[in-house]
Amino acid sequence: MPKVSSAPALEELRRDIESKRDPKKLCIALCSGTACVASGCQSVSDAFEQELDKQGLKGEIDFKRTGCHGFCERGPLVVIYPEEVCYTNVKAEDAQEIVKATKEKKTVERLLYVDPVTGKKIAREPDIPFYKNQQRFVFGPNRWIDPRSIEDYLFIGGYAALSKALFEMGPDKVLAEINKADLRGRGGGGFPAGKKWEETRNAPGEIKYVIVNCDEGDPGAYMDRSLMEGNPHSVLEGLIIGGFTIGSHQGFIYVRQEYPVACSNIEWAIKQAEEYGLLGNNILGSGFDFHVKVHRGAGAFVSGESSALMAAIEGKVGEPKLKYIHTAISGIKDRPSNLNNVETWANVPLIINKGSDWFRSIGSEGSKGTKIFSLVGKVNNTGLVEVPMGMTLRQIIYDIGGGIPGGKKFKGVQTGGPSGGIIPEQFLDTPIDFDELTKLGSMVGSGGMVIMDEDTCMVDTARYFIDFCCEESCGKCIPCREGLRVLREILTDITQGKGSEKDIETIEEVAQVMADASLCALGKTAASPVLTTLKYFGDEYEAHIKEKRCPAKVCSNLINYYIDPDKCEACMICMRNCPGEAIQGGKGIVHWIDQEKCTKCGMCYQLCPTKFSAIVKLSGEPVPAPVPGKAVARKKGG
Amino acid sequence: MTGISSIVNRVVEKHGSNKDMLIQILLDLQSGFGWLPREVLSEVGKELGIPQTRVYQVATFYKAFSFAPRGRHSVRVCMGTACQVRGASLVRDRVQQVLGIEPGETSPDMQFSLETVNCLGCCAMGPVMTVGDAYHGHLTVSDVEKTLEKCA
Repeated sequence: MPKVSSAPALEELRRDIESKRDPKKLCIALCSGTACVASGCQSVSDAFEQELDKQGLKGEIDFKRTGCHGFCERGPLVVIYPEEVCYTNVKAEDAQEIVKATKEKKTVERLLYVDPVTGKKIAREPDIPFYKNQQRFVFGPNRWIDPRSIEDYLFIGGYAALSKALFEMGPDKVLAEINKADLRGRGGGGFPAGKKWEETRNAPGEIKYVIVNCDEGDPGAYMDRSLMEGNPHSVLEGLIIGGFTIGSHQGFIYVRQEYPVACSNIEWAIKQAEEYGLLGNNILGSGFDFHVKVHRGAGAFVSGESSALMAAIEGKVGEPKLKYIHTAISGIKDRPSNLNNVETWANVPLIINKGSDWFRSIGSEGSKGTKIFSLVGKVNNTGLVEVPMGMTLRQIIYDIGGGIPGGKKFKGVQTGGPSGGIIPEQFLDTPIDFDELTKLGSMVGSGGMVIMDEDTCMVDTARYFIDFCCEESCGKCIPCREGLRVLREILTDITQGKGSEKDIETIEEVAQVMADASLCALGKTAASPVLTTLKYFGDEYEAHIKEKRCPAKVCSNLINYYIDPDKCEACMICMRNCPGEAIQGGKGIVHWIDQEKCTKCGMCYQLCPTKFSAIVKLSGEPVPAPVPGKAVARKKGG
Repeated sequence: MTGISSIVNRVVEKHGSNKDMLIQILLDLQSGFGWLPREVLSEVGKELGIPQTRVYQVATFYKAFSFAPRGRHSVRVCMGTACQVRGASLVRDRVQQVLGIEPGETSPDMQFSLETVNCLGCCAMGPVMTVGDAYHGHLTVSDVEKTLEKCA
């Protein structure tokens, strides 16, 4: 491939690609995001390849493996273009039928999405409620492109923003546009990206760096990964534009090594962009040189903090530094360094292409544009959703997420990962944006949104997050390191029924010191999950401390499993499977649990057939004495 | 030149013998050897001309590095928030019970290593664990033993 050496040459190349493609041509696109891979899309892919070959349709129907489409709950997903027919939970053995139907312009009815409310089948992807209520500007292209094909990216208008920035706008206008768009950082804090860029640009020094932060570590959040895996060129294009604007010639992309596909797709994208003259020396003949290196992260949550990440890029231990001098002035090797999150960078080409006015027309007063959220936990439609800022929690959880499974009651939603908080039901109509969530004691963070139902214990959840931060604290500053340990001890005690009323006071005091005196955001915000649960679910703490009762029946020290003798049908399933041999009884004899032997592993509870549902969890009440030898009173004709 | 030093030499040179690339060098060696033997770490220090303390400081800080050989099957139980609210702790306890090892340990017969991880990125399948490259989702406590038996 000869390098593209000017803006007109790029447009000519694009026209050339367009002329070779027929928009009406049938294409089978298979989602190959992490969740679909985990649900077996490799064998589905093999089956499609074989089937197209066998039916002699390789020239007639294209087959493409794309990045994540977002509707992970129903993976593996297949979309047929141009009609956008969507098949869910596709298996290898469905390939033959899909290929045949596609050729005959029919649909495979049994694989269509069924609306749980109306019971009707929905054929087209955009009509499925999960997608219909989203606005997928950043994440949407994932479903059209093969992440390993730069031509696919060019076909949908890729690198037009870079060309516009280089030849029509120049650094000043680009910066003005980003500032005007009021693009705020998507990685956590929501700091205005333009301000950061400006500070780095104006900082003294010839050599400057720009960095992509893909050290996504929040448990339950995977939007950066899916963007990096599914559309790496969009991130790269944003980074090059940023480098050009700031006056940097070297970019770094920091990716967790736990994301091998993201690592290899971005490396591939860099190589392709270099071959096409979109990266390297004299980009598109503009005279601008820019190089990019990928740095794999070796697994440390705290390394996602900007100064720690920069230390890691220097090959050092990823510990944060005091930031009285911003990294924009003194970052990697003490040189001005600008760091933004994956999603922030991917928004840049959009703003340059469509303009800041367009961007500002989406979103809320203080937070413009869209945000990708990772909607997970106790929700029907788990997946990645992109919505305009300002949408309410209720719309996201119920209209897009389809509500809570099993008719359970919603209890809270955890946003912002370990630095965020848990928001209770009374705030479901709060519009989601950077400022509103902060007011509630939580934050948007990188976009994790974990839904919790009535079976989630809030004290245990707080303990879980503190435990997480305890493991991940780098230990450099005392308030974070020791504060977390103290909190972990207290919360563990409370969940084990050893809490005292003075504990709440101690928690609040320690949390305050951590917020005031910790070195970086990890320590400053680590207590948020505890403080928000205390504020909104104080009654649960009280029940644990005063009544030694876990209302959600989760904390194993505070619960007992009990077999209801009136419901037990003596089917022996729990008895045979109990790892502790704690279940007594026999054939025709009602089972009972020897509480001394019970390890509370929960096996019997999960195994008891739902038609009996004889095993119950008790908390804060005495376990009724067993009646050994009681025979089962079988219901006739039952 | 012994086997180890020639391998280390090759990896270090691939990264331009650059001290800044220490983490990348260690990651490559970890993936090649499956763990980081003492000789490898000392060779890296020599090749890059940096003190051993620096190599160990980095190698002990990051979770990707292991100082003991790992078992034939690597079992990773996801403890991400999404899995946690769906009962991952019970699954983890059961895996520990079945394998007889704690997270971070390897079974004496070198068959299994157990790890807990923060998120595997397939929250729709939670609670989930991987054994080698295979994902096992929607786990219940009672599935664990069968799943592990099949892999052994």
